[in-house]
Amino acid sequence: MSIGDYIRNSQVWKSIFRHPAPRDRRNRVVVMLTNVFLHLHPVSVRKSGIELSYTWCMGGITFFLFLVETVTGVLLMFYYRPTLEHAYNDILSLRDVTTLGILRELHRWGAHAMVITIWLHMYRVFLTGSYKPPREFNWGVGVILLVLTLLLSFTGYLLPWDQLAIWAITVGSNMARATPFLGNEGPGAKALVIGGVELIHSGSDARFLLLGARFVGEATLLRFYVLHCVALPLAAALLIAVHFWRVRKDGGISGAL
Amino acid sequence: MDHSHGVPGAVQVGIGLLYLVATLMNIGFALYQNQVTKDKLQGMIWNFVAAVFGIHAVAYLAQSGWPIFPWLEQFINWIMGPTVYFVLACLAFGKFIIFRKHFTTPHVAWAWLMFALWFSGQAMTNPNFKEIITKPDNVPIVLLVFSVGFLTWLAMRKAVINDERIARGEPPMEKLGEDKVLVWPDLVYTELIAMIICTVILIVWAIVLKAPLEQPASSAKIPNPSKAPWYFLGLQEMLVYYDPWMAGVVLPTFIVKGLIALPYIDFNLKGNGYYTFKERAFAVTTFLFGFIVLWCVLIVLGTFLRGPNWNFFGPFELWDPHKNVPLNNINLSDYFWLMGFGEAIEGKHWLIREAPGLMVVFVYLVVLPPIIAKTVMRTFFIRMGFVRFMLLVTLIQFMACLPIKMVLRWVFNLKYIVFIPEYFFNI
Repeated sequence: MSIGDYIRNSQVWKSIFRHPAPRDRRNRVVVMLTNVFLHLHPVSVRKSGIELSYTWCMGGITFFLFLVETVTGVLLMFYYRPTLEHAYNDILSLRDVTTLGILRELHRWGAHAMVITIWLHMYRVFLTGSYKPPREFNWGVGVILLVLTLLLSFTGYLLPWDQLAIWAITVGSNMARATPFLGNEGPGAKALVIGGVELIHSGSDARFLLLGARFVGEATLLRFYVLHCVALPLAAALLIAVHFWRVRKDGGISGAL
Repeated sequence: MDHSHGVPGAVQVGIGLLYLVATLMNIGFALYQNQVTKDKLQGMIWNFVAAVFGIHAVAYLAQSGWPIFPWLEQFINWIMGPTVYFVLACLAFGKFIIFRKHFTTPHVAWAWLMFALWFSGQAMTNPNFKEIITKPDNVPIVLLVFSVGFLTWLAMRKAVINDERIARGEPPMEKLGEDKVLVWPDLVYTELIAMIICTVILIVWAIVLKAPLEQPASSAKIPNPSKAPWYFLGLQEMLVYYDPWMAGVVLPTFIVKGLIALPYIDFNLKGNGYYTFKERAFAVTTFLFGFIVLWCVLIVLGTFLRGPNWNFFGPFELWDPHKNVPLNNINLSDYFWLMGFGEAIEGKHWLIREAPGLMVVFVYLVVLPPIIAKTVMRTFFIRMGFVRFMLLVTLIQFMACLPIKMVLRWVFNLKYIVFIPEYFFNI
């Protein structure tokens, strides 16, 4: 008996994989049904549906990059403290001292790449008309995921706490104070007055909600950190689950009807 | 700009490697033309191009390459401005859509790619161009430009082929692979390979390029220009034409709402699951215009061509913070009262002062849609019904308001159509 067969016949192996290796048709079907990760897929697909020149693989790569961001992000959290005192220096030591400082590069370039691949995924879905019935709802879920991806990238942009970070966030979040009715420089905000007291001012408007202060400061850093590491990834994970589920329920990978 | 000391050696080697890759690509393409399509003329042409790139590669790798022709550099800097840039992009887009069959022919597309590679190499010899292109955070945009270019070609190529098949009464190519295959191994292995390739690319990228880290944050030192992250630079570019409440809040909201509404507006059931242009000409053209021209082209503009004070700088121009650009933009109310009637606008109530502008906006948003429904888009209106049609027209109007304002600015120096600073209501 070869060592390979010995391992595959052991009780441990059999307890993990409940069927022989996927070498024949039956076991290639069974492997898809008994593995929680693989069972995201159907057992069989149309040949044209998985052609690379048709799908561009961009949705899958976006999901893969989401996983890369999660893993590198969790590891980076060990080295980073979101306070004015530590944030910049922690990034400095990631650059200069920490052995696995390359995690930061992986995380940043992965994030840029994810923004591009999600656009290209949408581009493909549009150009193949794959948002058409019965997939209208899932397209909408995808659009929300796009927004979440951009917000994830945007909130992460602040964390290094260097000049690039705070001014990019300042430019971006300045828009919020122009929100109609809800920003203190937005049209209509001046109209929201009760008994001579302005409801919307720089300490109560949409920008304040976003920043936790009147300017980008420590409160903003904490807010963006929590959004970036907890709230937005959870929301994205939830919607990714819905997105994948609906891909299956709405008829699988699209193809000519 | 200083050309006296020539191009730095390290840059030359980089350019040489780029040209070497181009040489190999052309040898491969010539081989493909000779062996697969049996087009001897094409084979000869691309072998010749390979030789030209080869000479370039040797010259630059030996560090005796030449800088980009000064006249070309100066001509491009001189002719470039936001107007020329955007109009050229629109014309190129229109030309591509109309002559898509020509542009997607492999050797034509290849010729454009080769021209782009040659020009990229030449442009990199300019220190100003090199500095802005190679900023680590700008690298993704170069990736975006080439990947969008390639994938647009691919999709259009498939669309052209499918359209011809459909015209002949044949099914689209995607329908030919109807037989099913097992996910293990066919899809699972593709995914595995894709993951490995992505991992390798990401690790190499991370080793080669350090993530940027500038000076510690300081609320006292405002960088000039202050730029949002690159994927929002199309929105930041809109700030030139609209106030933050429009460019930063209303228009982005409409983009998101419009995208979500898209499947419910598009009543055309054809073209589901395969690439086609003819069966969905309106939808595809509108979307491509939005994504390529209004989104990607403006990101490139905002990143590479906007310098200090958000002034426009040619691709080879030094970012001089003292560049003087006259601003003499005029509001519609000035045009109307001051130039039309010779009356002073001071002292007028804002409602009267801005009445002409408010009328224009009212006509655009309220009067125009029913007219469109009765005339140019009559068939759309009948087939879509009232709600869908109004949604479509409103979304297109908001999409169009950017190019409309651009043209008004360029032609009439128009600043605001409606200018009510009392309520932060400027359009």
